Amino acid sequence: MQSQMKSLFKKLRGSRELSLFLVLAILCVAVQLRNNAFLTSKTINDMLKNYSTTITLSLGMMSVLLIGGIDISVASSLAFSGMCASLMMRDGIYTSTLVMFLVSVGIGLLCGMLVGLVITQGKVLPIIATLGLTNIFRGATYIVSGSRWVSAYQFQSAFKQFAQTNTLSFGLINNLVFITIVCYAVFFVIMKWTRFGRRIYAVGSNPEAASVSGININAIKFAVYSIAGAFAGLTGAMYTALYASAQSDMGMGMEMDVIAACVIGGVSLNGGQGSVVGVLLGALTMAVIGKALPLIGVSQFWQTAIKGLIILTAIIINVLAQRMMRKNALKEREI
Amino acid sequence: MRKLIALALCLFTVFALVACAQPAATTDTAAPAAGDASQTYAIITKSAGNPYNEREASGFEEAITAAGYTAIVKHPAEITAEAQITLINELVAQGVSGIAVAANDKDALETALKAAMTAGIKVVSLDSSVNPASRLTHINQAGVQQVAQALADAVLDLTGGEGDWAILSATSTASNQNAWIEAQKEIMKGDAYSKLNLVEVAYGDDEYQKSVDQTQALLQNYPNLKVICAPTTVGIAAASKVITDAGLQGKVIVTGLGLPSEMAEFMGEGTVACPYMFLWNPIDVGRVAAYALVEMVNGALTGELGQTFTAANGTTYTVTEAGDGGTEIIIGPPFAFTAENIAEWKTVY
Repeated sequence: MQSQMKSLFKKLRGSRELSLFLVLAILCVAVQLRNNAFLTSKTINDMLKNYSTTITLSLGMMSVLLIGGIDISVASSLAFSGMCASLMMRDGIYTSTLVMFLVSVGIGLLCGMLVGLVITQGKVLPIIATLGLTNIFRGATYIVSGSRWVSAYQFQSAFKQFAQTNTLSFGLINNLVFITIVCYAVFFVIMKWTRFGRRIYAVGSNPEAASVSGININAIKFAVYSIAGAFAGLTGAMYTALYASAQSDMGMGMEMDVIAACVIGGVSLNGGQGSVVGVLLGALTMAVIGKALPLIGVSQFWQTAIKGLIILTAIIINVLAQRMMRKNALKEREI
Repeated sequence: MRKLIALALCLFTVFALVACAQPAATTDTAAPAAGDASQTYAIITKSAGNPYNEREASGFEEAITAAGYTAIVKHPAEITAEAQITLINELVAQGVSGIAVAANDKDALETALKAAMTAGIKVVSLDSSVNPASRLTHINQAGVQQVAQALADAVLDLTGGEGDWAILSATSTASNQNAWIEAQKEIMKGDAYSKLNLVEVAYGDDEYQKSVDQTQALLQNYPNLKVICAPTTVGIAAASKVITDAGLQGKVIVTGLGLPSEMAEFMGEGTVACPYMFLWNPIDVGRVAAYALVEMVNGALTGELGQTFTAANGTTYTVTEAGDGGTEIIIGPPFAFTAENIAEWKTVY
């Protein structure tokens, strides 16, 4: 029993998620001390709802970062798929919320597949390929929408209601937050226990070895960019439902928030390292920062700088904590 | 409604003329009917996909084309001054006759625009101004004072004369936003507004996510908040959405400057998030920028204080002093969108 407890403790101390969790907890307590309205169910619900998009999109980015790639086109795919799906709803091609979501995911998936094709078949560096495609997708968004917004009154009211109600979880939690939770649960299982998930890690940590062991690297690459695109599509639908507005410049800059969430969550930009739980904690940290800054009464002009400072501090603490853990683990091995 | 605006424009012009005591029609625009196709005029928007800028550009294009010239509409790839500088340099190399720019930064475009003016290109700013050294004049949708007065009176009316109110703006560097907010604060030092308490100026950066966070923080930090005044299209829509979703209509009232199409959902009969708000006709802004540039190239207009010119639409515009030390041409007072007229305007823009 005692040894079991000890090994559990060791496991916890050695887990990279623990340091992340501590950073998040310290951040929450610090904010709570400045404004005691922060740790209330209303604030937390508001925050989860408003950041369900960023949190969900982080999963797509994570899968790409895991193979050592990067996709800065996700925010533009989000805008393009969300805009296309919204335009079709405006024009009465369909009225169902489910169909709208499926169409948006489908368009996002196509965008992602295009990214995957360019990278695997065109042999273009991921950052260059997605830099080009981010402009293409954004430009396409302007073109399909004629640079006009799809406004709240042009959406089906059931669609707008969907983002504000709790029907999917039978009254437990907001629908968008529920979608996010389901995505994380599914992704957790895929990454941890399926052959596909493990292959993603293999390609990321050692592409040559993965290739020698018979993994089709290009297929895996194509798959992760497609997944990132599909998540962008899903997030596009969530975004438009949440704000009841589709704008061609929506989500601009969101890719940076999402990359930051992954990096705070311990995902290595070199690939091969990172966990779903870590990304969840990283994305939650980004959400807390965004939600808390206006609440703690710092000058509006300082908020952006403080956001950057907190992100940097979180990453540094995380890196230091992990280094310490690794050292401790090594020490124990020597004994 | 457009007639109403035209009427307001005419009235304002008459007033401006009397004030200046200058005979009308000192200059004659009669643009060459056949047009000199070699003259090209360009408009640079803040970003692609901004429907308000789009309408300005369409008005500009229409007026230039009607005068027989060639119009170019340029959208920067990003909402930055850097992207606009690239476009300005391109246009200078191209040798256009005039440039109208909706600036993303008041000062950052100075070097590029000065180079353009040195090359003989006429430069005006519209919508969001550049500093006086970078332009010949600024085309202002409505005077800063007129907008600030309308917003101040709206806050006074909607709070019932006393209580807490807050401002939700776009970015903290947007020159038009800051000018309106400053003027509004100045006006509200007056006795009539003495019982009103401005609790905070929040910045939502014209992003939905951030504007929602800021609105929710305002509601949480100031439980007695009565009015949120958002002089920006995304901000006012985001604030109205938060209020509506939280069921706070009537308790916290939203007003400001917004796009009718975006706001239609939150306006109308009964208890709504936003009883009324303001904006102007962006197509007119683009048109007047076009008239002014054409007049500068072909007429005597230089953008100096007190000059007047009669545009192709028959209206006479006067160059007046701008708040930043330069000059500007003011088009008219802001237009109020209410429960009665929102339905017909929501399809316009």
